[in-house]
Amino acid sequence: MSTLQENTLPVRQQATRPAAQRWLTPVVIVYIALVALLVVGSVLVGLRGEVLLDQGGILNILTRATALGLVAIGQTMVILTGSLDLSVAYLVGLTSLIAAETMAGRDGMVVPGVLLALAVAAGVGLVNGLVITVLKANAFIATLGVALILRGYLEENYTGPAGDVPRGFQHLGYDRIGPVPVAALLMLAVAVLSWWYLSRTRSGYHMYAVGGDIEVARLSGLPTRRIIVTAHVLCSVAAGLTGIYLASRLGSGAPYVGTDAGYDLESIAAVVLGGTLLAGGRGGVAGTIGGVLILATLDTIFDDLEVDPFFKDVVRGVVLVTAVALYARRMSANRTRGRLT
Amino acid sequence: MTWRPRLAEGTAPVLVVLLLLLIGLAIAGPAYDEPSGYLALLKRAAPLMILAIGQYFVIVSGGFDLSVGALVTAGVVIAARLIDGSESATAWVILLVLGFGLLVGLVNGLVTTKLLVPSFIVTLGMLLVLDGAIFLWTGGAPRGALSAGFRMFGRGAVDVPVLGEVPWSVLILLAILVAAALFMRGGTGRALVAVGDNEAAVRLSGGQVDRLRLLAFVLSGLLAAVAAILLGGFAGVSAQVGNGLEFRAITAVVLGGVLLGGGRGSVVAAAAGALSLEALFTLLNLLGVSGALESAVQGVIIIVAVAYASLGSGVRQRLRLWPKQRNVARPAQPASS
Repeated sequence: MSTLQENTLPVRQQATRPAAQRWLTPVVIVYIALVALLVVGSVLVGLRGEVLLDQGGILNILTRATALGLVAIGQTMVILTGSLDLSVAYLVGLTSLIAAETMAGRDGMVVPGVLLALAVAAGVGLVNGLVITVLKANAFIATLGVALILRGYLEENYTGPAGDVPRGFQHLGYDRIGPVPVAALLMLAVAVLSWWYLSRTRSGYHMYAVGGDIEVARLSGLPTRRIIVTAHVLCSVAAGLTGIYLASRLGSGAPYVGTDAGYDLESIAAVVLGGTLLAGGRGGVAGTIGGVLILATLDTIFDDLEVDPFFKDVVRGVVLVTAVALYARRMSANRTRGRLT
Repeated sequence: MTWRPRLAEGTAPVLVVLLLLLIGLAIAGPAYDEPSGYLALLKRAAPLMILAIGQYFVIVSGGFDLSVGALVTAGVVIAARLIDGSESATAWVILLVLGFGLLVGLVNGLVTTKLLVPSFIVTLGMLLVLDGAIFLWTGGAPRGALSAGFRMFGRGAVDVPVLGEVPWSVLILLAILVAAALFMRGGTGRALVAVGDNEAAVRLSGGQVDRLRLLAFVLSGLLAAVAAILLGGFAGVSAQVGNGLEFRAITAVVLGGVLLGGGRGSVVAAAAGALSLEALFTLLNLLGVSGALESAVQGVIIIVAVAYASLGSGVRQRLRLWPKQRNVARPAQPASS
């Protein structure tokens, strides 16, 4: 499971740092960076005589953050257990189609559509988890394989958008309270729920334990297989929620809505940006949401500045690597002092 | 000293798979009755095999290189833009593309080893940066054209005494493969595998861990640039030429029985994995399987291959194909590798 574990932390002598850094966890850094980004962005956009954080701006940021946020919450759980999921992008497309086709414009079919989409998502997660735990395939390859299978299914059966979402269900995608979309609030509710699950329940703790060291977890009597499968099921359900949300926004299902947005790698980027260790065992949902908000804010700022959209990718890449380099530096400093926080 | 040729661990299954696929090709397609058909297959597979060899170096030393697909696109687009049809520019543009690959690999390696960022993230960032930069530079649609001299490597052939017409790309591939196999037999190559197996042990025994990993990334970048030159000649200029190649190369390496996470596997097997993948696509085409199902089949196959490799010994013992006589003298095996 720990294939992404790269012991890139050699023992190095490093000057001890002030104790004030103890509270400066990655989560805090992420939110400080977010605030700084908002300030800098506001100034830059202000120079053009516009306002970044007006109603439209906030709406834009939160709308962007909703879909990616849901996927990234799920991704956080699998990454915490030392796994990862590359199949989420196709799963988002698949669930949006299932939801929209089941509903087929009828109000009465909303609940069955949602439930069916979530059930299929959970099934895909179960397959992911079982392939990893029972067949002992590396998570990278297992989920890549499942992603390819889903892609084959989508390409075989769909050429474009399909299905129809009833008008009533579109409220989920478009209703808002002031500048805050309802869906963003629901996403945050899911985030809070996941935070509670990961940091306040026994099975949440188990995920950290498995990600930290699967052998130790196993020898301590934890059902490691079940824990990894659970993480994958939860991750896929989160991707299913994203698909349902996007179906409600688009009014129909779209096979490539997930891959066009690159949710597989993008969600991993958001999780890692939020300070979660790619090798697992450390991090959390709070940081992930910060990472998602940073990516969404960057996009919105660039849109307002009318920057070439491809420049966004360049900046995104640089930001990602810089952030992780920063965390790695702090961690190696902590290690040399023998503190494992 | 008696030298007995032996297969590296995990090499045998991929060779069996490759053999089955080639037999399948011979049955399914009339084009594969004579050597020229297989030569064409090898020519088509050459870029992916070269990418897989580069990816092998990184994977066996415990990393990932997700940037090779974007690097291939960048190489092709840069070459097309700079050559712009003029024959005289070919030589220095080829050098420039190779240098660019080297540079990207160097940056990947330096960020991984010096800034301690996991290579998955570094190369993912590099993928984003390269993709964005290419589009920024070309405005979405690549301009310019490759010269005939540049395209020769991808599509041209050369007369070899005994074999007749052999494509350039096959010769380049063979040269790289032989060089890689020799390199992995040498001290540096063995140290590279050791880094992937147990980095701390190598460090404690005085190995230059950082330098070795840097070397792996530089080789991967360089070979991606070579693949770009071949693909540019073979497939032509487009901004999608490298799409998804990184996953395909990783799939090929894993299919070759190389352990993700490093420390196990042979470079020849990785190249054989790439050839198997290409043969599989060809076979599916011949059998009339639609392009859509192709990826589904690919998905199933890599899961099965990896599951077989990691369940490996357990399954084999249960199937009793090779009863426990591993340390007992075995009957002489035909020499092959």
